[in-house]
Amino acid sequence: MRDIKELINKTVIETPPSGIRKFFDLAAEMDDVVSLGVGEPDFVTPWHIREVGITSLEKGKTHYTSNAGIKELRVELSKYMKRRFKVEYDPLSEIIVTVGGSEAIDLFIRTVVNPGDEVLVPEPSFVCYKPIVNFAGGMAVPIETKVENEFRLTAEELKQAITPKTKVLILPYPNNPTGGIMRREDLEEIAEVLRGTDILVLSDEIYAELTYEGQHVSIAEIDGMYERTVIVSGFSKCYAMTGWRLGYACGNKEIIRMMTKVHQFAIMSAPTLAQHAAIEALRNGDDDIAVMREEYDRRRRVIVKGFNDMGLTCFEPKGAFYAFPCIKSTGLTSEEFCEQLLMSEKVAVVPGNAFGESGEGFIRCSYAYSVEDINRALKAIERFIKKVK
Amino acid sequence: MEKEILIQELVKIIHKNCKLSVEEIATMLNTTTVAVAELIDELEKDGTIKGYGAKINWDNVKGSNTVTAYIELKVTPQMTNGFDRIAERIYQFPQVTSLNLMSGSYDFGVTIEGDNLKEISLFVSQHLAPMESVISTATHFVLKRYKNDGVIYAGLPEDDREAIS
Repeated sequence: MRDIKELINKTVIETPPSGIRKFFDLAAEMDDVVSLGVGEPDFVTPWHIREVGITSLEKGKTHYTSNAGIKELRVELSKYMKRRFKVEYDPLSEIIVTVGGSEAIDLFIRTVVNPGDEVLVPEPSFVCYKPIVNFAGGMAVPIETKVENEFRLTAEELKQAITPKTKVLILPYPNNPTGGIMRREDLEEIAEVLRGTDILVLSDEIYAELTYEGQHVSIAEIDGMYERTVIVSGFSKCYAMTGWRLGYACGNKEIIRMMTKVHQFAIMSAPTLAQHAAIEALRNGDDDIAVMREEYDRRRRVIVKGFNDMGLTCFEPKGAFYAFPCIKSTGLTSEEFCEQLLMSEKVAVVPGNAFGESGEGFIRCSYAYSVEDINRALKAIERFIKKVK
Repeated sequence: MEKEILIQELVKIIHKNCKLSVEEIATMLNTTTVAVAELIDELEKDGTIKGYGAKINWDNVKGSNTVTAYIELKVTPQMTNGFDRIAERIYQFPQVTSLNLMSGSYDFGVTIEGDNLKEISLFVSQHLAPMESVISTATHFVLKRYKNDGVIYAGLPEDDREAIS
């Protein structure tokens, strides 16, 4: 038999592993690591939500659900989207429940991208977009966003990236890893560029609820953008439900119908247990979100001030739970910084370039930790930069 | 931030963790250290902040054999000052760690700490039960503390997240 590697799909082989993974492997080998590396809440899922999950098992709710998800859940999602983001979706035809927001992204890309289509990916951004586009035979085209714009996508940057082959713009805001957000006026400018085109928008709004100093605005709210936009989101970040693996997509019914077809063959239906818990989250979880958001907001101020005080310039992130300080003053690359920090102080953070080349010179530090843990890590980072400077 | 909201936020923070420095609290609340220091001073003076203490799981403290009991107390309220005068006579005892007037089938909920069961029993029989206005007492001993003042004591969950994700 031939070497197994030769039998594997070339695109899969050639796609580099996630830059996060490398540091994960390094950190996993060490004991007592103080980490600011995670991309998930430190909170446990609120008890009333967990309890409904448990009860659903007790009641024997252990079967498949309809492909698009339990109808009751889609009805609640429809109400939630209207209540929180002023966008309306028909629960029966314009919403699909998925295995995490990640599956929704994958479904959308596989549903709309033809081989050779270009997909615009503002960077730095979450690591999954490019590989998923590659796997679908598309071409991911990075757009480098800049720290001086607080990593917002500008109309000018977008214009320059558009070609006749452009099929999709991915809009990953509030942003992982930078914490950057798009304000209404920023989205208006983007909309102005898109209006005359046939470009679809995949708006990844998984961190929408974690927006500080103001309300999240979805691009679907902007005039002329609703019909071309699919919003993907999920329960992981806002309700601290990462392990339940539950997300959703809302958008044009033709796209959702075709996404449901792909989902039907690949997944069948999202976990039933998680869907029942999610109904409870949407019905009675608004207060939980508010409490967690308030807590993240306080930590956000502590970590941003901490970095600026020690001389690592850090713009104020207005969303998600990451700070993205600049480490260029140390003379190290992002990877050198992270590796040396891990080895000498046992503090784990993620190099900014793991999220695209424009993240070089930055590190992603999560503040999904207690203030005590954040302070401990900040002290260690300060010791480290004194050593290297 | 409005003062009332600022106070609400401030007391929530220090109720959870009074070890934080004034600087840290100021950063968390997006205000100045002077403002926080003044506010704390004010809250201490007007009796809103009644003190600072750690939340101790006494079961883990070697050599500490503190026994806690919860006592349901039924009393006859007095004409002029209702329950307050009786309460005053109960909370003066250092053994009484908390005292609340309750709705329902009894009047006062009294928490008492002592070195052993006997000490608590004696306290109830010698000091509480004989009080003029006390009609009856029912003493319940704490066997295991699971959660106290918002803190879970039993089997604290560890951070089981991966270091990087």
